Amino acid sequence: MSEVAAAERPEEKRHEIESAVVRFAGDSGDGMQLTGSHFTMTAAIAGNDLATFPDFPAEIRAPAGTTFGVSAFQINFGARKIMTSGDLLDVLVVMNPAALVTNLADVKPNGIVIADSGAFTDRNLTKAGYTENPLENDSLDGYRLVKIDMSRLTVEAVKEFGLSNKEALRSKNMWALGLVYWMYGRKRQASVDWLETKFAKNPDIAKANIAALNAGHAFGETAEMPAELGTFDVEPAAIAPGLYRTITGAESVSLGLLAGSLLADLKIAFCSYPITPASALLHQLARMKEFGVVTFQAEDEIAAAAAAIGASYAGSLGITSSSGPGIALKMEAIGLAIATELPLVVINSQRAGPSTGLPTKTEQSDLYQAVYGRNGDAPMPVISVSTPSDGYEVAIEAVRIATKYMTPVMVLTDGYITNASEPWLIPDAGDSERFDVTFRTDPEDFQPFMRDDETLARPWVKPGTPDLMHRIGGIERSYDSGHISYDPENHQKMTDVRAAKVLGIANDIPEQEVTVGEAGAKLAVVGWGSTYGPINRAVNNMRDDGLDVAQIHLRYIWPLPRNLGELLGSFDQILVPEMNTGQLRTLLRDQYLLPAEGLNKVNGKPFLIGELEDAIRTRLEK
Amino acid sequence: MNVQSPPEKLTARDFATDQEVRWCPGCGDYAILKGVQNTLAQLEADPKNTVFVSGIGCAARFPYYMETYGFHTIHGRSPAVATGVKLANPELDVWVVGGDGDMLSIGGNHTMHAIRRNVDLQILLFNNQIYGLTKGQYSPTSKIGTKSPSTPLGSIDNPVSAAQFALGVGGTFIARSSDILQKHLPEVLKRAYKHKGASFVEIFQNCIVYNDGAFKHFTEKSVQDEMQIHVEHGEPLLFGKDKSKGLILNKEEMRLEVVTLGEDGITLDDIAIHDETNRGLATMLAQMDPPDYPVALGVLYAEPAASYEVSVHAQIDQATKDGDKADLNKLLQRGQTWTVE
Repeated sequence: MSEVAAAERPEEKRHEIESAVVRFAGDSGDGMQLTGSHFTMTAAIAGNDLATFPDFPAEIRAPAGTTFGVSAFQINFGARKIMTSGDLLDVLVVMNPAALVTNLADVKPNGIVIADSGAFTDRNLTKAGYTENPLENDSLDGYRLVKIDMSRLTVEAVKEFGLSNKEALRSKNMWALGLVYWMYGRKRQASVDWLETKFAKNPDIAKANIAALNAGHAFGETAEMPAELGTFDVEPAAIAPGLYRTITGAESVSLGLLAGSLLADLKIAFCSYPITPASALLHQLARMKEFGVVTFQAEDEIAAAAAAIGASYAGSLGITSSSGPGIALKMEAIGLAIATELPLVVINSQRAGPSTGLPTKTEQSDLYQAVYGRNGDAPMPVISVSTPSDGYEVAIEAVRIATKYMTPVMVLTDGYITNASEPWLIPDAGDSERFDVTFRTDPEDFQPFMRDDETLARPWVKPGTPDLMHRIGGIERSYDSGHISYDPENHQKMTDVRAAKVLGIANDIPEQEVTVGEAGAKLAVVGWGSTYGPINRAVNNMRDDGLDVAQIHLRYIWPLPRNLGELLGSFDQILVPEMNTGQLRTLLRDQYLLPAEGLNKVNGKPFLIGELEDAIRTRLEK
Repeated sequence: MNVQSPPEKLTARDFATDQEVRWCPGCGDYAILKGVQNTLAQLEADPKNTVFVSGIGCAARFPYYMETYGFHTIHGRSPAVATGVKLANPELDVWVVGGDGDMLSIGGNHTMHAIRRNVDLQILLFNNQIYGLTKGQYSPTSKIGTKSPSTPLGSIDNPVSAAQFALGVGGTFIARSSDILQKHLPEVLKRAYKHKGASFVEIFQNCIVYNDGAFKHFTEKSVQDEMQIHVEHGEPLLFGKDKSKGLILNKEEMRLEVVTLGEDGITLDDIAIHDETNRGLATMLAQMDPPDYPVALGVLYAEPAASYEVSVHAQIDQATKDGDKADLNKLLQRGQTWTVE
């Protein structure tokens, strides 16, 4: 494109930095998610490692300019391995006063704040709760403030395309993006290509956006750029060679479910009910019909679970998905799947808080619900996703366990993982080991609840199979025939065998490894789920500082890996950071009678690396 | 290989399991069970392709007594489970069995959606206007004033009419029969079986322990002729001893009226003809209540429409037609990718 080909003029020397954290924040109509995803793509193309954290309001379109309508997108990118979306911000771009007031606390001391001064009108200031304009008093003295009237500059840049003022202002996010591209010496071409494709039917809109993008970039290039703003160079990271894409947790889990079903040679019936942040999975799988994937948007959570169980009964792989409160509604049906010993995969994209809680904020407080949350002694395997790309393998593993052991399996992911993205070394589907399911067709000596000696799984029989007609149900059933049984001894035996079957899975999962460091260190930091990144970075940093600390990160929550008790026993101290009030800590203390200590946080935000470093230091430097 | 001999024709008994049926002596469920077993035998249904799904309640024990595939699930959820069964395998012949509490209270939502989606199921609602298995509480179909353990002074909530509910949510097949109509019931069930889509059959059923005689005002032999009208598509809406009574459509007031042939100059030509594709007429028939009207039994409404699971799989078939598209590696690489050297 000629717009871009305009000579990139020689620049002054850029500051070389190892990594940077940038957040775009604005009104939910300002296109901040789009801006962030463009920046992500460009960072990836430049060879940086990265992690992102989209943060949007629960309201669809809150009144413009209000604090509860602020939408933000954060990216941490670097020349080294990036483990989190970043603690504190190097650069905050705000498109209005509400975005400033809600995000300023996350900016580093002396960090850069770029504000669209054109949006700091009296009306917007009042809506954000300011009594005077923070751009005009000394309240931002601790930061490098860059005031630019992006609104006016955008309108000027796009006036040749004959758009209304309102339409013109819509491209100010591209103006801001152009400026940040210039700061980090990034190429615009990918964004230009995207805009041309996206607005192919609306060439004026495409041209206006491209003009705004170029204008923001040119603003940086020319003398108009304030001196406060630096220019930076972030070199490519040392990343394993191969073909990459960015992936969110929702994408990786949906791809893993599909891959798992293909490895098992089963059709998927994905039955779900919309809920934040789980809906993304339904959207992803609904677009995979070419693989024969059935998706069913049920009338409620209970129906979604029930239909998935019906599908499993009929020989498909039933999958249901929700977020915490929706999982609560499904629990009776999950109990039915446990009782009838049918495979079922349940994906729980955890959100914060009891009841409706904080729908768009993240937490990992459904561990109790997953492990203990059913009536009767109703055990089921629980496994967890640690990073946005990890969902692929975890989902495959869930399908493997569910079909091999004829059991529901709960996968715990969370709102952060679901929405956040990271680069993913794309695997070759052919490299995964198959685990084809065998349906029983032999009527000889058939009983619906006779078990495989090794797995204790009962046979899976598709209705439609000759001479194997049988009845199953939630009422306690006779150990082999499956007929209704109230016999006390039989119930004891059935309860025991259900527990033994699930506990036996410990023999079919890997032993727990020390993720970072060595067994026997002075302190083990034990985590699960999305705390992987910050714990990993903090433990590595503290080891670089010479502290004797190790990281243990669990994928398997129930049953726990068979060597875990012994492994944990080798450490002097155990610290369990969790975004809950101590649920894994309870489980570990209960199972191993170990003095595990918690580091707990429930403010809807991921752990900061600094918080974990402080906690590790406190325990090792006393 | 042995040459397989053609299967012998099955009888009702071949659809019975070896399980002892555990309903109260005299329960109307026995007659319905027999009616269903007879129907399947007459239809030459294939036991291996037949699935009975139920929720919770006395009626929901039904699958254990059918020598077919069966799934006794959880209260109210049987229509949802059955929907999943049909989605996974549309070839199966799926029957849903439950009582009025199961399907209209705790499962009202699922019943509604299975019907309005038109999933190809036979939904048999055993209506006895009471909760049996939980020991006699009033149900969503109980009449106002029903005294029960939970309503010692009489119930005060308005009952739901099952047939009107099914019509209201867009049902494509709505029929009624009764446990004691041993010839009528199989005929209605056969029609339900042949209908593609959700077939909703309300079966008035007597609970001998907690609500004995709830329907005797139209089921007892002495009043049957006067208080029941058996509707047939294309036939005049006649009832009464010697078919001496009939229904006419009062067009001014838009309602059905009971008339007697030969009185006030009424002749057979004045009698309304049953048109089972007329939802308005079906609604009026479903509304009729003794003592002013007879209870309408038979197929009140039947109109073919695409069934849900067929449409779902038509979309999938369309999407899978081009076999090359289903390439997991291509899907994994969807979107923008880059290569690290």
